[in-house]
Amino acid sequence: MTDTITFDWVRNFKLSAFILIAFSIFWIYFSRNLSSNIIDVVSAPREGFLAPDFTLNTLDGSQITLSTLRGKIVVINFWATWCPPCRAETPALQNSFEQYKDVDIVILGIDLANQDSIDNVKNFVRDFTLTYPILLDIEGKVANLYQNNALPSTYFVDREGIIRTIIIGGPMSETVIKSKIEALLKEEQ
Amino acid sequence: MFPYLRLGLFILPLASLSLLIGLWVSISIIEREASRLNLKISLNDIIFYSLLAGAVGGRIGYALEFPTLFISKPLSLFSLSPTTLSPIFGVTTGLIFFLSWIQRKKIPFLLALDATAPGLAMFMVFVGISHIFSGNAYGAPTTLPWGIHLSNEYRHPSQFYETLIAVAIFFMIQKRILHHDGKGINFLFLVVLSSLASIFLEAFRGDSNYWFAGLRVAQIIAFLIMIISLYFINQIIINKIEFKKNISESKK
Repeated sequence: MTDTITFDWVRNFKLSAFILIAFSIFWIYFSRNLSSNIIDVVSAPREGFLAPDFTLNTLDGSQITLSTLRGKIVVINFWATWCPPCRAETPALQNSFEQYKDVDIVILGIDLANQDSIDNVKNFVRDFTLTYPILLDIEGKVANLYQNNALPSTYFVDREGIIRTIIIGGPMSETVIKSKIEALLKEEQ
Repeated sequence: MFPYLRLGLFILPLASLSLLIGLWVSISIIEREASRLNLKISLNDIIFYSLLAGAVGGRIGYALEFPTLFISKPLSLFSLSPTTLSPIFGVTTGLIFFLSWIQRKKIPFLLALDATAPGLAMFMVFVGISHIFSGNAYGAPTTLPWGIHLSNEYRHPSQFYETLIAVAIFFMIQKRILHHDGKGINFLFLVVLSSLASIFLEAFRGDSNYWFAGLRVAQIIAFLIMIISLYFINQIIINKIEFKKNISESKK
């Protein structure tokens, strides 16, 4: 009697396994994506999406638009002078900029100028002898666009304009910054 | 969605918090299951040290990808940034550590796997919740009325699908539908159900990777894992029947 019950159970298992496999094959085939536009090209402040475009004035009065930097690797760093981890990671960003500026890599420091004073920003740039572009988000629109609710926040954008890595909080070490840049450079080899 | 909880000066990522809570709850469930299966050893230590080994392995693996950077600044190995971990190295190191530990302690392998099954199933519920908080594992664009507005489009609430299915899997694992405690079947059953869930859910995801002819990579991998697990379940059942037949024949 026991053997009969066990045998039925095994037969049911094999039947269930067959149904699972058949369903899986059908579903994999049914749900394949035949669209020619497989990559999501919507812009959003998330990894895997196009970095939202913006235009901001720099500290020296010129303008930078993110989309004009397409073709370059861009590191976008949101910061403010009153933010201790931002201060702590600034030398690492400057060193990285010095190392990679000749290989089409751009670092943009976006100061949340709506929460900062221009004089403080100028002093900060002088104290740290910063040479990478410092952009002023005077109305906080770009911070809102990037749904920024923590400082510092850093976005590593590839040559196609896609956000590849987001690092919220800090301070980032020079090794972290350079490894993220190196990872993007490696993909091109 | 709701990525951070601001507590004064501290910013707490809710996704990470839910994973931590999930880990805690899962370990308690694993301990309870281990005790039910008469496993006379605490799995707490094994799990904790395996996770630690996974973190160390993950960091070393990442450093090996960028050796010159880490050689010039070796203290960077101790960076707190979770973005500088290699997932493949981390998981492999954690698994090797877990397997070698249970072998050294002479814990029956299949019994240990079965003990972890309900805890792992519960952890997957929390992974789904962490995706709800972080917005990761987001859905494909949809016009269905229950679509949620995320990343500038109406999308399938794939994180909610994932969480609901993980809850269902947890209850199925808790019921031990296939019986045979301690033979590894409950663990393999979890792997089969998770693979099936992955095959089903991937169709609603907006972040799939594709192979040829628009086939989704995650579905193909999950399908292969499911086939292998079903094969092993079948083998365990056949062995069990032959064992029973031998006993009944020897009694005759």
